[in-house]
Amino acid sequence: MIWAFMAILFWLGAWALNVYLSRGKLTKRNKFIIPFLFGVTILVLWEGLVVGLNVSPIILPPPSAVAAKFASSLPILWEDFVQTFVKGALSGYIIGCGSAFILAILIDRSPFLQRGLLPVGNFVAALPVIGIAPILVMWFGFDWQSKAAVVVVMVFFPMLVNTVQGLTESDHMQRDLMKTYSASYWQSLLKLRLPAAMPFIFNGLKISTTLALIGAIVAEFFGSPIKGMGFRITTEVGRLALDMVWAEIVVAALAGSAFYGIMALIEKVVTFWHPSQR
Amino acid sequence: MEQNSQAVIAAKNLNLVFETNDGSVHALKDVDLTIKKGEFVSFIGPSGCGKTTFLRVIADLEQPTGGSISVNGMTPHEAREARAYGYVFQASGLYPWRTIAGNIKLPLEIMDYSKEEQDKRVQQVLELVELDSFGNKYPWQLSGGMQQRASIARALSFDADILLMDEPFGALDEIVRDHLNEQLLALWARTEKTIGFVTHSIPEAVYLSTKIVVMSPRPGRIADVIESTLPKERPLDIRDSKEFLEIAARVRDGLRAGHLDD
Amino acid sequence: MKNLISVLTVVFAIIIIWYGAAYMMNKQWTLDQAERAGTTVTASEVFKDTMAQERPQLPAPHQVITEIWKTTIEKKITSKRSLIYHGGITLSSTALGFLMGSLLGITLAISIVHSRTMDLSVMPWIIASQTIPILAIAPMIIVVLNAVGISGLIPKAMISMYLSFFPVAVGMVKGLRAPDTMQLDLMKTYRASPWQTLIKLRLPSSMPYLFTSLKIAMAASLVGAIIGELPTGAVAGLGARLLAGSYYGQTIQIWSALISAAVLAAVLVMLIGAIQNITLKRMGMLR
Repeated sequence: MIWAFMAILFWLGAWALNVYLSRGKLTKRNKFIIPFLFGVTILVLWEGLVVGLNVSPIILPPPSAVAAKFASSLPILWEDFVQTFVKGALSGYIIGCGSAFILAILIDRSPFLQRGLLPVGNFVAALPVIGIAPILVMWFGFDWQSKAAVVVVMVFFPMLVNTVQGLTESDHMQRDLMKTYSASYWQSLLKLRLPAAMPFIFNGLKISTTLALIGAIVAEFFGSPIKGMGFRITTEVGRLALDMVWAEIVVAALAGSAFYGIMALIEKVVTFWHPSQR
Repeated sequence: MEQNSQAVIAAKNLNLVFETNDGSVHALKDVDLTIKKGEFVSFIGPSGCGKTTFLRVIADLEQPTGGSISVNGMTPHEAREARAYGYVFQASGLYPWRTIAGNIKLPLEIMDYSKEEQDKRVQQVLELVELDSFGNKYPWQLSGGMQQRASIARALSFDADILLMDEPFGALDEIVRDHLNEQLLALWARTEKTIGFVTHSIPEAVYLSTKIVVMSPRPGRIADVIESTLPKERPLDIRDSKEFLEIAARVRDGLRAGHLDD
Repeated sequence: MKNLISVLTVVFAIIIIWYGAAYMMNKQWTLDQAERAGTTVTASEVFKDTMAQERPQLPAPHQVITEIWKTTIEKKITSKRSLIYHGGITLSSTALGFLMGSLLGITLAISIVHSRTMDLSVMPWIIASQTIPILAIAPMIIVVLNAVGISGLIPKAMISMYLSFFPVAVGMVKGLRAPDTMQLDLMKTYRASPWQTLIKLRLPSSMPYLFTSLKIAMAASLVGAIIGELPTGAVAGLGARLLAGSYYGQTIQIWSALISAAVLAAVLVMLIGAIQNITLKRMGMLR
């Protein structure tokens, strides 16, 4: 009981400190400390309440147990990570985004196809595409190829829609300018429209990072070899070994944030000129 | 003398009708105009008088629906393919992902100039518009006036003897505008280009031009063509001279007459 | 009108490609079958067979439509094999999760906009959590809630809620901050209370953002409900149909569940779109 009490006390103290900090001047350091403190508070509160109220580890293991499990099962976690992220998500991401980009360039010269594909693409992007996972597992087998295929299908349409939209983004005046130079189609594509489309293309790439990881994990729910993050989550849930499940979730969270962060970093370099990046 | 009187742009009976959802709009009606080599011609008039449309027809950005027009003795389309003119828009339209020098290089890259030639010309025009120390800056790091100067430099970088400008200083404040007007005149004197200049400011038109074309709307047409009697050398204070004010008054009369027709 | 023709062309092309793919993918089975039986088959016989197999690699569109017709119109709604029954189950947890998620998202957004501390502490985590594959937790939530005695609709709705509150919270924070300084200053000159500013200025200007994020939330909610139906042993719902279909290789059943889910998603999103149109038109934000 004393644990829970202490945790709540810590929470109140940390919150008071955050209130104080956010009243003050917003330095770069404070901008980092405040959310960090909040994150730590959540962990402390979680630990304190779980230990203090004797919550069964079958329902919610304390963070310390998750951390211990994480540290002790690094090889398994690494194997799962390679299977699901590197083989499944990453290869699917590259193939899916790459082919969507190429298709967007191919249909760029046909406004007719664009007008048709954009609504269809938007429609498909809103559908529960993940449902196609069992079919693709059936077609491509249990190993990572089927996971990559699910990822391809999931990232394809958001990427296509964003690229097509981006290519129409350059304004009238800039296209007129290209016309006054009597620039060829490829010249105006490479020098004007593609650079102008970059913020949109990166938007698609960023959305797709999360989708890729979700696709690869969920596809494993429909069948997988005896490794992989999705496989591990389902089997360990079945054995009520929730500390392992949480350890996998930590891996997924780290991988997801890092993947997104890397794309955001590249975006920052490529679209340094865009008002949102300056 | 013979060369100087050569017609660079010649429009005869030019008509342009836009078909819109609310019916047809007569943007240009029976426009007859000849612009000779080396002239500085301003187009002035209220919005909807077709001044910008006329400039865009010269540039082959709009297609006339009747009459004829020639640019350097060719059709506008051929002239555009031959890269006969530089065009300056209302906004600078600089690419934010290119430096100022990179922006000026853009038309040179498209027109396949050699690498050394590109660098040489960029340096030249940067000096011409007094931006030589800003080549490595990005457009968004410059003031509006400097951006517009860079876009003029971009239009001057390649060998086109016509410069078409569509209200290039419209978005700038009076003080910056005065300064740029002065610079533009100096530049025109040095390069001897033929300039077509759209504006809605009477002092600007009178100060800059050798010929002022007053236009009136609905349908867009030429109300008056005024040959300026001002000398080629024009300090800013020429705007207080009697001659200047007389020309300005005539422009104002032309604009008013156009409105009375409504 | 021009758009409609383009869209129809693209849809038509997709159907043609689908038929072509069905033929290509199912051909092998037909040929194997014929070889085993020791008979030869003509090309037209092969084509006919690929369009009518019981467990094709890829069912032809008309097979899927027939299956949907059979399991919706021709079955009683109470039947365990009725797609309407399964769709209804999925729909109810989707709707409940969507409702809870949207309310949670809006509440969170309002508190973030009004409290600097909330903004600085919570907002970064909300954004970071967007990059985490939350769906991975779905099976755990179901099992854990089952362990504490909560089963049925609520666990699935919880997953939907989890998936749908993020887009609403982020969209609404943007929307509630949409009024510019001048508009906010005007409220200040009236000495309006924060509550009045919220009701009269912030909420109305957030409407376009709200509807856009509600559409995303609805789609996410449906995905959550479907995934939530997987670990419970495939009892009922569209997700269960998917899983059961994949256990028994019933491809036609999988496709019909998939298409129904797609139609359901489309209908729900269009419904929000229609409400959006009416609301924004009434508010004069749309012409």
